[in-house]
Amino acid sequence: MQDRMIARAKELLADGTVNRVMGWQKGEFTYDITPAVFHTAEELDRDFVCNDFAAANVSKYLVKESRKEGRILAFLKPCDSYSFAQLMKEHRVLRENVYIIGIPSWGKTDFEKIKARGLSGIKNIKDNGADYFVETVYGDEVTVPKYEVMLDRCKDCKSKKIVVYDELLEEPNGDVIENHRFDEVARLEAMTPDERFAFWRNELSRCIRCNACRNVCPACTCEKCVFDNRDSGVENKAAADSFEENMFHIIRAFHVAGRCTDCGECSRVCPQHIPLHLLNRKFIKDMNELYGDYQAGADPDTRPPMTDFRFDDCEPSVVYERGGAK
Amino acid sequence: MTYYKLPVSGLDALFARVAEQQTLYIPTDKDGHAVFAAYEAGMTLSKKLNTDRSAKDFFFPQTENLYDIKMKGKQLTVEDTREECADFTVFGVKGCDARSFAILDKVFLADPVDTYYKNRREHGTIVSLACNRPEETCFCRAFGIDAGDPEGDATAWRIGDEMYFAARTEKGEAFLAFVKDLLTETDGTMVESLKKAVAYIMDQLPLGNTSFEGMKQTDLMTHFQNEKWAGLSESCLGCGTCTFVCPTCQCYDIREFDTGKGVKKFRCWDSCMYSDFTLMAHGNSRNSQLERFRQRFMHKLVYFPNNNGGEFGCVGCGRCLAKCPIQTNIVKVEKALEVRSDD
Amino acid sequence: MQVEKKPFKPLIVAFCCNWCSYAGADLAGTNRLNYPADVKIIRVPCSCRVNPLFILRAFQRGADGVIICGCHPGDCHYTTGNYYARRRMTLLFSMLDYLGIEKGRTRVEWVSAAEGQKFAETMNSFVETICSLGENKRLEDLRCKTE
Repeated sequence: MQDRMIARAKELLADGTVNRVMGWQKGEFTYDITPAVFHTAEELDRDFVCNDFAAANVSKYLVKESRKEGRILAFLKPCDSYSFAQLMKEHRVLRENVYIIGIPSWGKTDFEKIKARGLSGIKNIKDNGADYFVETVYGDEVTVPKYEVMLDRCKDCKSKKIVVYDELLEEPNGDVIENHRFDEVARLEAMTPDERFAFWRNELSRCIRCNACRNVCPACTCEKCVFDNRDSGVENKAAADSFEENMFHIIRAFHVAGRCTDCGECSRVCPQHIPLHLLNRKFIKDMNELYGDYQAGADPDTRPPMTDFRFDDCEPSVVYERGGAK
Repeated sequence: MTYYKLPVSGLDALFARVAEQQTLYIPTDKDGHAVFAAYEAGMTLSKKLNTDRSAKDFFFPQTENLYDIKMKGKQLTVEDTREECADFTVFGVKGCDARSFAILDKVFLADPVDTYYKNRREHGTIVSLACNRPEETCFCRAFGIDAGDPEGDATAWRIGDEMYFAARTEKGEAFLAFVKDLLTETDGTMVESLKKAVAYIMDQLPLGNTSFEGMKQTDLMTHFQNEKWAGLSESCLGCGTCTFVCPTCQCYDIREFDTGKGVKKFRCWDSCMYSDFTLMAHGNSRNSQLERFRQRFMHKLVYFPNNNGGEFGCVGCGRCLAKCPIQTNIVKVEKALEVRSDD
Repeated sequence: MQVEKKPFKPLIVAFCCNWCSYAGADLAGTNRLNYPADVKIIRVPCSCRVNPLFILRAFQRGADGVIICGCHPGDCHYTTGNYYARRRMTLLFSMLDYLGIEKGRTRVEWVSAAEGQKFAETMNSFVETICSLGENKRLEDLRCKTE
């Protein structure tokens, strides 16, 4: 797939359709891949890579890139395309300045899961299609099935469909798929409030307020975040206590409610492994249940639930009735 | 150096003994990730190479209260809220983190001395632990750190089912004296062979022989004006992950928190990646992510060595390699910027 | 010396819409209807002005319960504001519950300018609920609680 991507990118550069390419750049190892912009065919040949470790969602970069001179080629995975479509809906990207090639994704790999198998000092990771062959300096040679080390977000994949594109690398387009992404939310909902409180305190207490979740989020595109604004009264550089931790994550999830496409980048990048997607998914699940199914980024026309209402919407007291006493 | 040994099974007794007298922190696994935690009976040493967060928190915590101002009517009182003067011991600090304290000392113990930091340093005993299995993200050797022979007040080595100990400072001597009856004296042959084994592994690791000396081939302005910064910083998200997991990042901000009844003056880590870093009345001195990104690496690789006899502000722990959301890091930056002698 | 435990006195923050509930509170006052003095009213131009941050900040600053009072659906001074508020508050309350924070601590009530009686009753019942829940512990900021 990578070779076809490079070949097509070179063609589009050569015929002037685009003047640069958004993709992923090789790193020191097999797995440390950085999103990057390529300008020439030579750069593409030398550094362009697209393998199962190229997990970063590049849509957010296009907010800025689409405002630069000329057209940019972007390779979008299904989840990236949802993010891009949502950004289009919010008029944050200039669609005409981006040439999109949809690429299929069968699930990206969580490198930490490979390491969690006790493999350290990794020398080489060979991709054998369905599995990896990992060699370490300590003499381990292990075959790891890809499915077992897939990113959690990919295991719960909601759709293989590319929702916005100029061309597809592979026909036909994928489909929205059956998924179990709300199971974990439902499991938490079934707990007692005390258990839930303990669960979230344990998770959120690890937050180091590095803002990686916010900065990577394709929905968080405010020019100035409320948490960076000295005049907002809530700006803070450190999660000084439990209240700050809760507040930051509740508000961040709330601000992207109805706009979050559930791409899972927040949880992927969290250096402290906080399952932040469970906050966003809770909002998505609630909105689906209370206001009808809605998938952010799926289409350009539907009104997002948070900027819409019905005269007969449920009252907030519905929350008291759902499980437990008032 | 005098060496002592203790069967690994005897570690619990040693930990319990130390913890009786003062707070003892050890790296342990919590939810599958290694963290430093105050020792409690039954806690076991993590088998992971290193903790997710660095050990700088012990001396330079992410947030610390400096003082309080209380307000009663029109009466203002300033209250000292210091609580950094309790003795503590940290066991299991790896070579990279152990060196990071020497780098932080150069900043915080230089005139004017940071007394909060100094008090913590004076009351803390560091028992380092040699690495047995360095990883591919390790490049501590580039800074003259021997993962098999880490610095600290005392050092521990784990070899098979035995722990070996040796003291390096008075504090370390005191630590060993305190648990002496648990230890038996031995010679350093086993330790020497472990050091050799670790050095051999470092040679095999992809970054084991990384060198940063290439950065010194050219001057500050050439580095500063290097065109490559634009490309390198392009994908940077501007989050603070690298700075917050870094054992040597030392920038902080001093803020006030209005409690409604007074003010809490506190200090917290800052990150040069943030848009409000070194924000002043006139605005910000670094307005683009390029400038902020450049600041971080110039600080570690150029400014710091220039001011400190050539010592880099990095210890090669590899946390930024493992944690950066977009996998850009100091090694990549160095490789892009360095001037090779054959160029 | 025996330390006498002070009876719990809740602090309630009520965000009241200028066009209805705030006048409702006024009416309750002029009608000499009793409602606890623990309720601190903050006047807002519309219930939809209430940002989730306001609610969290109220808890941070020591509130034990937060109530939002707006015009009855359909009666909004700005036509649709309270419909949006209704959705937002539903989601926020649900999220607070998801994080394990007692759901009784937050409430939305629609009180018109003519409903002084309802205002007093609502506040009485809300204070009662908060008293039974006790002090806000799960969403507190200890820095604001020290004397």
